[in-house]
Formats: sequence, C-alpha cells, structure tokens
Amino acid sequence: MLKVEGLVCRYGKVAAVRELSIDVRAGELVTLIGANGAGKTTTLKAISGVLPAASGRITFQGEDITRASARRILQLGIAHCPEGRRVFPYMTVRENLEMGCYLRSDADQVAADMRRLFERFPILYERRDQAAGTLSGGEQQMLAISRALMSSPKLVLFDEPSLGLAPNLVERTFEIIKEIRSQGVTVVMVEQNAFAALELSDRSYVLEQGRVTLTGTGAELLDNPHVKSAYLGA
Amino acid sequence: MRLVTLAWLAFLFSIPLWMSDLYVLHVLIMTGIFIIAAMSLNLLLGYTGQLSLGHVAFFGIGAYVSSLASLGFEAHLLPGVLVKMEPKPVWLGMLCAVTIAGLCGWVIGRISFKVRGAYFVIVTVSFAEVIRLVALNWVELTQGPMALNNIPALRLGTPELFELSFLRKPANYYLVLVVAVLSYILIRRLVQSRAGRAMIALRENEPLATSVGVDVTKYLVLATMVSAAMAGAAGAIYAHYVRIVDPDVFLFIYTVTMVIMVVTGGKGTLAGPVVGGLIFGLLPEILRAAEIKPEVQWVIYGVLMVLVVYFLPEGIVPAVRNWRRRHHEPATAAAPPASIEPAR
Repeated sequence: MLKVEGLVCRYGKVAAVRELSIDVRAGELVTLIGANGAGKTTTLKAISGVLPAASGRITFQGEDITRASARRILQLGIAHCPEGRRVFPYMTVRENLEMGCYLRSDADQVAADMRRLFERFPILYERRDQAAGTLSGGEQQMLAISRALMSSPKLVLFDEPSLGLAPNLVERTFEIIKEIRSQGVTVVMVEQNAFAALELSDRSYVLEQGRVTLTGTGAELLDNPHVKSAYLGA
Repeated sequence: MRLVTLAWLAFLFSIPLWMSDLYVLHVLIMTGIFIIAAMSLNLLLGYTGQLSLGHVAFFGIGAYVSSLASLGFEAHLLPGVLVKMEPKPVWLGMLCAVTIAGLCGWVIGRISFKVRGAYFVIVTVSFAEVIRLVALNWVELTQGPMALNNIPALRLGTPELFELSFLRKPANYYLVLVVAVLSYILIRRLVQSRAGRAMIALRENEPLATSVGVDVTKYLVLATMVSAAMAGAAGAIYAHYVRIVDPDVFLFIYTVTMVIMVVTGGKGTLAGPVVGGLIFGLLPEILRAAEIKPEVQWVIYGVLMVLVVYFLPEGIVPAVRNWRRRHHEPATAAAPPASIEPAR
C-alpha cells in the first residue's frame, strides 16, 4: 500500500534519513522504533509531504507521491498526527475536528463522521465548545486522533502518540490505535516506547542513524538480542 | 446585539448633524483613518499572528500613489526613461493606491513566505524604512522633504450635473465612516470564511495546519495583500483629507500607534482595533482638553496603556466578553476550566 524506497531527507547539509526503505501492506499496523535522531519523525514528515524528500521514491497505492503537496497526499488518504503540540489551542474542540476535514466537501458525511467520533469519545462531545488548549493531555490526544480520522484516511501516521501521557492513558491511546486498525485503516506509528510498540505491531522497523537496521514481526524483534539490549533494556 | 450595532451606527452617522465644533470632527476623522489602518493590521497580527512592524509603509504608499496620480508627475521611473503623467481624477488615484499597496503586500507576503515571527518583523521594518528613504530622496518624484502640496480633495460626479466634493469636514467624516464600515464587513466576512479559519489555524499551530492540508503560503500572502490594500486605502483618504504628504507619513511611531490600538483593543477580535483605536486615538485630545500639563498628559497616556496591557493582556474586547459571560451565564461559568484539572 505504501512503499518508501531509498528515501533521503536533509535538514540543510545534515542527512536525517539516508537511503531508507520501508513497505507497508494494507491493514497492517507497522511501527518504527529507534533512538532519538534516528530519523523516525523525519520519515513520517516526508511521507505526509510536510518535508520534501531530497531523493528516493514514495508511492501510495501505486501513485508516486514523492513530490506531491501535503494537501494532495491528504486527499489521497494519508493523515498525519504530528508529535508535540497536537491541537489548535484556541479553537474549540468542534473547530479542531472541522479543521481535520478541511479538504472535504461532503458536508453530510462529515457531520455523520463527527457524530460517530463524539459517540466514541463522549468526553469530547461534553467539551465540544471548549477551547482545545484547556483539555487535559489525554483529552488532547483523543482530539488529535479524532481530528486525523475526520479526513477519513486509509492510512494514518502517528508520531509518538504516547509522548507526555500518564501510563494508563498511554495504554488507552494504544487501544484506540488498535481499534482504528481493526476498522481497516492502515497505521504507521513512530514510538519511543519500544516494548509497547513491538507488542502492538504486526511488523516493525528498527531505525538507526537514518537507516533501517532490522525488520521483522513484533514477536521476532522482541526476541532479538540486539533489540533486547539496545531498546528493551533487558 | 444587532440592535446595539445599529444604534451605534446611527449615533456615529448623526455626529456631524449636531456637532458644530469642526476640531472635534477633525479628531474623529483622523481617529477613523487610524482605525481603518489598525483593522488592516489586525488581520495580519491578530488572525495570522504575524507582526508587521512596517505597516505604515502600506499606508504611506497609498498616500503617495493617490497624491501623485491626482497631481500628475514627470519623473525618470527608470534611468533614461522619462514618464509623464497627466493629473487623474482623485477616485482613480485612490483605486491605484489600493491596488499598488495591495501589490506591495503581495510582494512582501511572497518574499517572507518562509520567514515567521521575528524575521517577518525585520522584513517589514526594513521595507518601511526603504520606502521612507525613497520618498525622502527621490525628490524628482516625491518632492522629498518639500512634500507634495495642494493635493486635490476627492470629488465624485461631474460639476455640470451633480457633484459630491469632499472639501469639508462633515463630508470627509462620512467618507471615513463608510470606508471603515466596509473594511469591517470585509474583514468579518474574510475571517469567518474558510480562508479565515485557515489563517487562524496558521496562527495557532503552523505545522499542524500544514498537515491538515492548509496551504499556508497562500493564506499568508492573501492576508498580507488584503491588509496592505486596506492600509493603502486609509493612506489615500488621509492624503486627500490633509492635502499635503511628506516622508513623515512613514514615521515608525504611526506603526506603533496602530499596534497599540490593536493590542489594547484585543488582537484577533473584530471589534478590538475599533475599541482600541477610539480609546487611544481620542485619549490625547481628551487629555489636552482637560488642560493638564503636556508632559503629564503623556505620562497618563503611557500609564493607562501599561495598565491595560498588564491587567487585560488579551485586550479590552476579550476582557469585556469574558466578564459578560461570567455575569450573564453563571451556568457555563460553573464548569471548571479544564486547564486547572489535574493531569490524569
């Protein structure tokens, strides 16, 4: 479904991603793990078109999207849930969700989707007219995920969804992501928490210094001695 | 709310009918011109979050373009190319002013599409300074410090049939009021549209705005362009009202005044620049009328400004809105703000 071949991304002269290749099949939950600066976030940004790739090729459902704009990529069905500041703080919850379907013009379907998300996350409905910046960290994360889903994507890119959340919320977030996958949406996730990421995923890529150094199913990598010592602290 | 607005408008329109003091009208006209400029600045500062500290450049460009077009000029626009222009009707000059100021805004928007925050401030400040130096030194075209004199007042219609001349203060007052109301409506429609939503998204979280598919550059350029055109219109009205334009229209203090009006009134609100503009535009005149020593007048002005910024950091309009919400709808106020909820 998504194929990244020989991707190179640079910030100025520094290459953050060097000749990286990954392959994601429809319906899979794939995680990218690795240390800080391994190029995980950069890879997601290149896929979603926020950051231009220096070279390499990215194809989505057979279409070359290497040079496509972020808008075009979103229209094709890839939603990006970036790390860090996840919401528009002074917009209300509802306005945040509306921004998620900024490119959609099917108003009826949008309204139905929003209703469905509100049913799934009643807390968001309760707080629908509240500024998003006043939500708790976990609620903001739910909102960010919901916003990504509002574009009715085929593939969602999650960047560090567990960052800065309390442990029970981390679990909840991962459950939501699993649910999303079970509804037929493909998921690519970047995660610091290697253990959780490997347990959750169908397949995983280990990134080191902008390259893929290991790949395999979650279970395989959990048993891999290198992964164990470098990422699982065992 | 609608009724209040209408009452305000009716009041503003009635002022020249009962106010015989022409000086008061003059002060209101100048304040109105500044409010239009402040509203245009608010579109950039309040809605896209970009501070244009050279906003007066667009104002001055509007003033100069409109004056030059209506006076006619003869100057070397390029080395060796002498361009001679006959005087044009004032309304045409004003249109040129809006167009050229808007074009300059487009250029600034394009140039600075990669720079934000402090860098955008520097680009706009430099732009204003360069334009000021051009106005000061290109004597052949602008008369430099000798100023453009005898700028004709706006006239609409033909002398044979029916002519509206904007020589007197009440006529100019109405002109400013109508343009201000139109600018207000234009900005309101713009910020409540999809484009406005995109601008606000850009202000609040630019990476996220990009990732939900907002064409950030396009909307930043659009906002700069509309804002510049509107400031240019204010400048053109100013030129044909005061009827003399010199390079001092580019003084930095005018930009600062606009920023004060926007920030104290409430940036990112529609009424903010109007309220801030009325208060800080009329305050110096009120203090002067109170016959306090001049130095004390400015101390009071400064202290009041500091107090507003200190106690109402979001501005007067949001503060009043919050206060009203708290007092009229105790039910919603009862819900605790979630920001003080413990993180779970």
